[in-house]
Amino acid sequence: MDELVIAGEKFSSRLIMGTGGAPSLEVLDQALVASGTELTTVAMRRLDPGAPGSVLDVLRRRDIKVLPNTAGCYTAGEAVLTARLAREALGTPWVKLEVIADERTLLPDPIETFDAAERLVADGFVVLPYIGDDPALARRLEQAGCAAVMPLGAPIGSGLGIRNPHNIELIVEAASVPVILDAGIGTASDAALAMELGCDAVLLATAVTRAQRPEVMASAMRGAVEAGRLARLAGRIPKRRYAEASSPMSK
Amino acid sequence: MPSISPRSPDVLVLGGGIIGLSTAWRAARQGLTTTVVDPAPGRGATHAAAGMLAPVSEVTYTEEPLLRLGLASLARWPEFAAELEAASGHEVDYRTDGMLDVAFGPDDLTALDDLAVFLDKLGLPFERLTGRECRRLEPMLAPSVRGGLLARGDAWVDPRRVTAALLAALDRLGVEVVRRSAAELVPGESGRSVRLDDGEIVTAERIVLAAGAWSGALQGLPPGLMPPVRPVKGQIMRLRSPAPLLGHCVRGTVHGSPVYLVPRGDGEIVLGATQEEMGFDTRVTAGGLWELLRDARELVPGVTELEMCDVVAGLRPGTPDNLPMIGRTALPGLLMATGHHRGGVLLAPLTADLLFGDPLFGDGDGALASACSPDRFKGYV
Repeated sequence: MDELVIAGEKFSSRLIMGTGGAPSLEVLDQALVASGTELTTVAMRRLDPGAPGSVLDVLRRRDIKVLPNTAGCYTAGEAVLTARLAREALGTPWVKLEVIADERTLLPDPIETFDAAERLVADGFVVLPYIGDDPALARRLEQAGCAAVMPLGAPIGSGLGIRNPHNIELIVEAASVPVILDAGIGTASDAALAMELGCDAVLLATAVTRAQRPEVMASAMRGAVEAGRLARLAGRIPKRRYAEASSPMSK
Repeated sequence: MPSISPRSPDVLVLGGGIIGLSTAWRAARQGLTTTVVDPAPGRGATHAAAGMLAPVSEVTYTEEPLLRLGLASLARWPEFAAELEAASGHEVDYRTDGMLDVAFGPDDLTALDDLAVFLDKLGLPFERLTGRECRRLEPMLAPSVRGGLLARGDAWVDPRRVTAALLAALDRLGVEVVRRSAAELVPGESGRSVRLDDGEIVTAERIVLAAGAWSGALQGLPPGLMPPVRPVKGQIMRLRSPAPLLGHCVRGTVHGSPVYLVPRGDGEIVLGATQEEMGFDTRVTAGGLWELLRDARELVPGVTELEMCDVVAGLRPGTPDNLPMIGRTALPGLLMATGHHRGGVLLAPLTADLLFGDPLFGDGDGALASACSPDRFKGYV
């Protein structure tokens, strides 16, 4: 498969994993390996990066790049602070920016997110913001210097799939930075659809970590992302109302 | 100049939490001279623990081996509690009224349905209840509770009382509890030796590492034998009710966030618990307590009227697969009883039996023992 490039860095896997919700580190480890991911996001507010034996050790052992995220932040101020602490602790300027509007929906707050993105870009961060499926906001964040945009398919952990494929397509059409479908993936077909719509990568966690057999679901997601990407590159046939014989008898 | 100790027990247990004390008590009752080393016995994870003995209602996908360990230990609890109360003269508030697992929102109910299917598949006994049936059992539950699942076989106990009882029982058997820290494993002439933090060397035929989240901190462990145990922080609070508030242990999920309430005979209600990967941090935080109260209040609105008596953060010893490490190691004379994560109280009787029980066990115990063999992490750290 062709490589994914974010901020000049190349990845051969287009599946980005999250770590939340795994029953144990071992199950998480097996799932990450099965997913083939090279980039995995970790919530910094729920973790002491210096503590031994944590999820960070699992990522280091598997040589998976850590993408710290600001999950749990409700204001731009908290998010900027969390990103700076993460940069200091992990030595990476990369951050998945996540500023939540309310705890019931966990939908991203567009205004706080934009505010934090501007400040983090100015501070030299590689910013990957988690946003609603809003083409206008995606464009503004790209203009503000974000390295990618990460629109949701549906609320975090909901497994509802891609609720507004049309908006995802609009974001993809306009973007010149990678578009990463983040949140809402429930099963493999959702991940494949994201790639068919033209997303550059998919980020998911719960769909794998809370599956009955996480390792198996991770393999399924890996295959789905690859299949969806290949289908996008191949170019699908137009949809028709009526049949067209695949082997016409005469011309 | 390190002094050579007159202490040379058959068994030296490093760690005086519920695991170390139960193991020491079992060893001593087998006629082995036993010594425990812990600077503050019973003040670690056991002090924070709620004491749920609930393998059925806590079962999770991918964790059937842990379920089997839990069920085996739950079956040992009635006898363990009775013998301990008789041996110590202390009551441990062991209760067998069952665990009620309730759902708050529609999504929580769907998750509970999923759990019921899983329990069915595993052949575990439970009863499915409507919201109204839940409230007939527990009238203090919020009217908005949508449904529940009663695991009658699940039980609970007061871990602080168990610790006090174990210390009393050990005292009656002449087991010494040395209130110091073990610093280093040192090569001994016969058996194994441990240097304590004041320099004293204690030699024993068998050494049991039962230091919970601190088990990896013992110096002198050969490379490859260091247990991959990490601290998993849990914040928990204790409230007090003038009248009995609940008759069962109540666990619930409120918009995806789990919380439990454990009632004691003396009116105490334990409300827990967070799970945080924060290293050896034991600070109690505003956010941690707020999350517990937020969810508990949704399930049992009356909790806000109760007196708050105690808030504490403990460190569970987590392993990569959430299973404990119990048994012999590659180093002769060194045994492990650590890594019990959220299940130390439940698994204490089984742990003691696996290490110092009668050799004539039922067939099932071989499989249990191999599931928690310390060898499985060879080369992990």
